Amino acid sequence: MQAWESTATRVLDGEGNVIASMPAFAADPDELLRLYRALVLTRAFDTKAVALQRTGRLGTYASSLGQEAVSIGAAAAMQPDDVFVPSFREHGGQLWRGVTLQELFLYWGGDERGNDFRGPRQDFPICVPVGSHAPHAVGVALAFRLRGEKRAAVCVFGDGATSKGDVAEALNMAGVWKVPIVFVINNNGWAISVPRDKQSAAATLAQKAIAAGIPGEQVDGNDVIAVRTVIERALARARQGLGPTLVEAVTYRLCDHTTADDASRYRDDAEVSRHWPAEPLVRLRNFLISASHWDKNKEDALLHECNAAVEQAVAEYLAMAPQPLSANFDFVYATAPAELIEQRKVASMAGEGAP
Amino acid sequence: MTELSLVQAVNAALRYAMQEDPRVLVLGEDVGIDGGVFRATDGLIQSFGEQRVLDTPIAEASIAGVSIGLAAQGLRPVAEIQFTGFAYACIDQMINHAARLRGRTRGRLSCPMVLRAPAGGGIKAIEHHSESPEAMFAHIPGLKVVTPSSAAQAYGLLLSAIRDPDPVVFLEPTRLYRAAREDVTEDGAGLPLERCFTLRNGRDLTMVAWGAMMRETLEAAEQLAAENVEAEVIDVATLKPLDGATILASVARTGRLVIVHEAPMTCGYGAEIAARVCDGAMTSLLAPIARVTGYDTMMPYLRTEAAYMPSVARIVAAARRVMAYA
Repeated sequence: MQAWESTATRVLDGEGNVIASMPAFAADPDELLRLYRALVLTRAFDTKAVALQRTGRLGTYASSLGQEAVSIGAAAAMQPDDVFVPSFREHGGQLWRGVTLQELFLYWGGDERGNDFRGPRQDFPICVPVGSHAPHAVGVALAFRLRGEKRAAVCVFGDGATSKGDVAEALNMAGVWKVPIVFVINNNGWAISVPRDKQSAAATLAQKAIAAGIPGEQVDGNDVIAVRTVIERALARARQGLGPTLVEAVTYRLCDHTTADDASRYRDDAEVSRHWPAEPLVRLRNFLISASHWDKNKEDALLHECNAAVEQAVAEYLAMAPQPLSANFDFVYATAPAELIEQRKVASMAGEGAP
Repeated sequence: MTELSLVQAVNAALRYAMQEDPRVLVLGEDVGIDGGVFRATDGLIQSFGEQRVLDTPIAEASIAGVSIGLAAQGLRPVAEIQFTGFAYACIDQMINHAARLRGRTRGRLSCPMVLRAPAGGGIKAIEHHSESPEAMFAHIPGLKVVTPSSAAQAYGLLLSAIRDPDPVVFLEPTRLYRAAREDVTEDGAGLPLERCFTLRNGRDLTMVAWGAMMRETLEAAEQLAAENVEAEVIDVATLKPLDGATILASVARTGRLVIVHEAPMTCGYGAEIAARVCDGAMTSLLAPIARVTGYDTMMPYLRTEAAYMPSVARIVAAARRVMAYA
């Protein structure tokens, strides 16, 4: 059996000190500032989304608090024409890819138009049935390989999803076909109430790659520079025809599972408090300050800008009237068959108050 | 024109579609060098190569799931599930994803895939190989469900299924794969997916069936003709979307309806047809609608499967009851 070493890649320590060599992209301070802005914007979105749900203006929402670096690091490693196949906690990656704040609010507010991204037209909408999107990403990557394109797919799912057959099947098929794909596990330690050690007896989730015959590695999921570095490396391999990689990004869910969850039923606040110091925003900010790229004035300006963008998007979302029920009938098939046209008539009449 | 068995017609349609459209590819268990366990993909790997004829690991859910990814990228995957008992593993992917990718994304992404599977009993197979799951798939908005009853139909309907912009579940009656040969014009002409086919005209009674059950139903119609009962026989062919108009028009003329299917009775697709007829042709009905179906048991093993499946005698008996109703 192959020996397994689980040394998670880190570039910054918990205080933001550089503890490994910086990747090439970090030579440009603007790239680091882009990452920082994405973290701040995602958190601003997240805070607002929870507040809207609490006041009845958004549906059930899955917060990404504390896990933003996984999603943003993955998306930042991608090329625009790659395809992102995310799970339901990847708002940061979606925003980086060009999904708009308004589209995210629309989606979580219960409007299908939120998935009709004007930006990344080929990206998948988030996947709610856990792990069931992993085979889709393999299909996307297979399409790239069959067409001889230098594109790759990035599929993100949680630690709980690694227990699913779909994920095991996807890793296996990707390995057999050597398709250009990177699987990213957003290991936030919890699958609703089930902790990581009750999800799998495996010492790491990255080692699930061994059985699929593909490389697997861990990365500090709260270190956005490290996440981007590791996934960029995996994507480069994928584009060279060297096949898939499984990356386990270790982070922590600082929030409830969703707004419908109450984590105090199964998790001590003391445990959560222990994880706060390692969260990703402060870490990168400390580094940026120490490198003289950041100061309080810039921080205040950024917060103001992000909050204003979020408020603007909320206003646009709330101003958008819901679609009529009859719109649903237009997207069942490319062309509505006769029986569906009949039902649409009934639905339209019912919507207008007819019995 | 070439004389082909139904499975050869499937093969010919796949070959035509792959020649016509470079986006079409075939994937599934043993579809490559083995040509599929029923030989539906025989010779395709030699003609089109491993890039377009992909042997998959044994993972039915992901055969469907990978097809969804391929289809979202604009390819035209035709996935083979070896036996319908294994297609149940695909239901999560088909319901949660294939069927609603268009709806979820408001048309930004779509899923032009075909999920092919041999269906039905009567081939003395081992358990889980003789299922008739058409009603389960037909229940799902966004899927189309097609089942041919002859070689010519298999050819034309499969071509249309592959060309269709939406996901199609294509159930091939295993019992008919090699039961007969007929002339098929391999001209690439598709058959419409939105209508039933009237295989026999008659004034006294309407009989509706699909897939392998067309044989018994047509034979029953022959026997009834000897009793001066002229049955109209309709092959539904495409169950979803249903061409209700053809069935309603026939029942409006005959006033009597017998529905035949191999699947269990309860919540079988016959119930849907009966409900549509009650809704749309109630005043024309001269007798209660009869259903001749499999029973609400598991599909029996081979020693008793023949007794389970609707027989000509059962269909004729049901037709006589319907005719005798005052």
